[in-house]
Amino acid sequence: MPPPAMHCPRLALGLGFCLLLGIALCSLWVYVENWLLVSYIPYYLPCPEIFNMKLQYKEEPSQPVAQSQYPQPKLLEQKPTELLTLTPWLAPIVSEGTFNAELLHHIYQPLNLTIGLTAFAVGNRYTHFVQHFLESAERFFMQGYRVHYYIFTHDPQAIPRVPLGPGRHLSVIPVPGPSQWEEASMRRMEAISVHIATRAHREVDYLFCLDVDMAFRNPWGPETLGDLVAAIHPGYFTVPRHQFPYERRPVSTAFVADGEGDFYYGGAVFGGRVARVYEFTRGCHMGILADKANGIMAAWQEESHLNRRFLSHKPSKVLSPEYLWDDRKPQPPSLKLIRFSTLNKDTAWLRS
Amino acid sequence: SLRPHGLEGMGVLLYAAKSTGLGVQSPLCSFGQILLCGPHPCDLLSPRRVDVLVMTPWFAPIIWDGTFDSAILDAQFRDTTIGLTVFAIKKYVVFLRLFLETAEKYFMVGHKVTYYVFTDRPADVPQIALRAGRQVVVLHVGSYRRWQDISMHRMEMISNFSRQRFLHEVDYLVCLDVDMKFSDHVGVEILAPLFGTLHPGFYAADRQSFTYERRPLSRAYIPRDEGDFYYAGGFFGGSVPEVYRLTTACHQAMTADQAQGIEAVWHDESHLNRYLLSHKPSKVLSPEYLWDERMLQRPPLLRKLRYVAVPKNHGEIRNR
Repeated sequence: MPPPAMHCPRLALGLGFCLLLGIALCSLWVYVENWLLVSYIPYYLPCPEIFNMKLQYKEEPSQPVAQSQYPQPKLLEQKPTELLTLTPWLAPIVSEGTFNAELLHHIYQPLNLTIGLTAFAVGNRYTHFVQHFLESAERFFMQGYRVHYYIFTHDPQAIPRVPLGPGRHLSVIPVPGPSQWEEASMRRMEAISVHIATRAHREVDYLFCLDVDMAFRNPWGPETLGDLVAAIHPGYFTVPRHQFPYERRPVSTAFVADGEGDFYYGGAVFGGRVARVYEFTRGCHMGILADKANGIMAAWQEESHLNRRFLSHKPSKVLSPEYLWDDRKPQPPSLKLIRFSTLNKDTAWLRS
Repeated sequence: SLRPHGLEGMGVLLYAAKSTGLGVQSPLCSFGQILLCGPHPCDLLSPRRVDVLVMTPWFAPIIWDGTFDSAILDAQFRDTTIGLTVFAIKKYVVFLRLFLETAEKYFMVGHKVTYYVFTDRPADVPQIALRAGRQVVVLHVGSYRRWQDISMHRMEMISNFSRQRFLHEVDYLVCLDVDMKFSDHVGVEILAPLFGTLHPGFYAADRQSFTYERRPLSRAYIPRDEGDFYYAGGFFGGSVPEVYRLTTACHQAMTADQAQGIEAVWHDESHLNRYLLSHKPSKVLSPEYLWDERMLQRPPLLRKLRYVAVPKNHGEIRNR
């Protein structure tokens, strides 16, 4: 009997061709993989168990509040409130006068929370801000709670030792140095999400991600805690939404169309429960990567992606511009207490 | 500015499929976004309601008409199942028809709803035409001689059934009085881990005149200088675990009171108020959500009446 190959030469040729094609495609794929300039997190991070849980709104049981004396809430307000206090999706907008600090302290203190705070000091200009940032945080940020600062920097030696109060810790996280400022700010979302997955989920309950070239001016306390927290950008809260500096090119994943938008949120402040911040930063990072692969950079880099994401995944709490202020602007009477702002002109020498 | 990269084409292929899965919106999704944005832009300098408090000092929204956008909220609560508990014991079964018919018209329209009707007369539960995704579950329970006991034992029954059944069937529970009807939209804006409703008789009153239980012997005792609001016993709710905690605590407190030979002045409502003082609700419903037109003049601050009392003859209906 003749061997099957000789019997069906076309079959043999076909098989051989498929084999060659397969090998060619495989090598092309390997070549392409190596050539990709984008380094991205593997799609399936070795995530801790909590992230595999169905991330429904798993609320903690409401703890009983210790008795505290405070005035009765006045249901029928005679004086008009100056600022909007609720978003249309019923998220609180936090400003001075909307909350009772002592009552909130009674609610949150017994929960033994640890609040994390990330700041990026990447680039020689930014390491100079760390001292003032940390000193002001020691004075005003989450007084009476356990706090863990995470300072991401390319130069751990440049981070000053700032004396910390009891229950407050600092960790320096090394990150690669930037080639350009824009490049650095685009890697923050990635760095934060990796940091949460590898470490912060075990160490903190809530996490805030702040810009480092700023300082705390007044108390920043548990009124800011929420599942997913955004802050209103100080430059755009008086402006209609078609003038918000959203990314307007449809090809970008950060695209927001005309007629859409709630608030313009600032990229310098966001936070929430550590699992929610993980989802949020990972989502932003994926959008940034998609744009990178398409050769586009959003108008305001991370801030554009942050705004896009907060439009579809609305924050559960919004901080008024008291929590993210620009000292160069005159303070309007509706903002009673500026708590976190850019460094003012007096400290501009720090920048040089 | 565009930064040149190789492999633009490959990038689109690689990430387009993954992006939508992660909720990163592609431009194709922008049509769907229109629903998510609402017709009214958010203006920080223009509060929607200036005549009433819309948020408690512990950040619980107080739900008034004009403060919320139903389109956004319906999208957020898309896959939610709501359980509604109502007790129709003895002659109270006569209220069921109007209650259920108006609930079909106004309560959580567009969402999955299960009505849990607790009754000692299952044969008298009327057959009501229901929309898609909604069902009536009749729970046959015993009754008590006194109407006060019937009212108070609601807590025990909700607690038992929460653990045995509701936890696996619904996401949220809304616990209502039956001698009422719906007259306007009651939707997912009320849903929160724990919510109470402002009693229509006391929303403008000082805490000293709230009809809390004032005898220290009772577990429902609240001193004169304490108290946020006077909550109504006829409309409360939350997530199933939270309602379970609340009803269990109230039932245990009532049992302890009974052992001491004391009954709180407003029965389960007194205990509800005690619980909500120490376990602050995450949302508070305005009197739009519970009103009695015959007893009270409707003030201008009530733009809508959503859930209102049905006239009843107390002598005739109770204890029969």
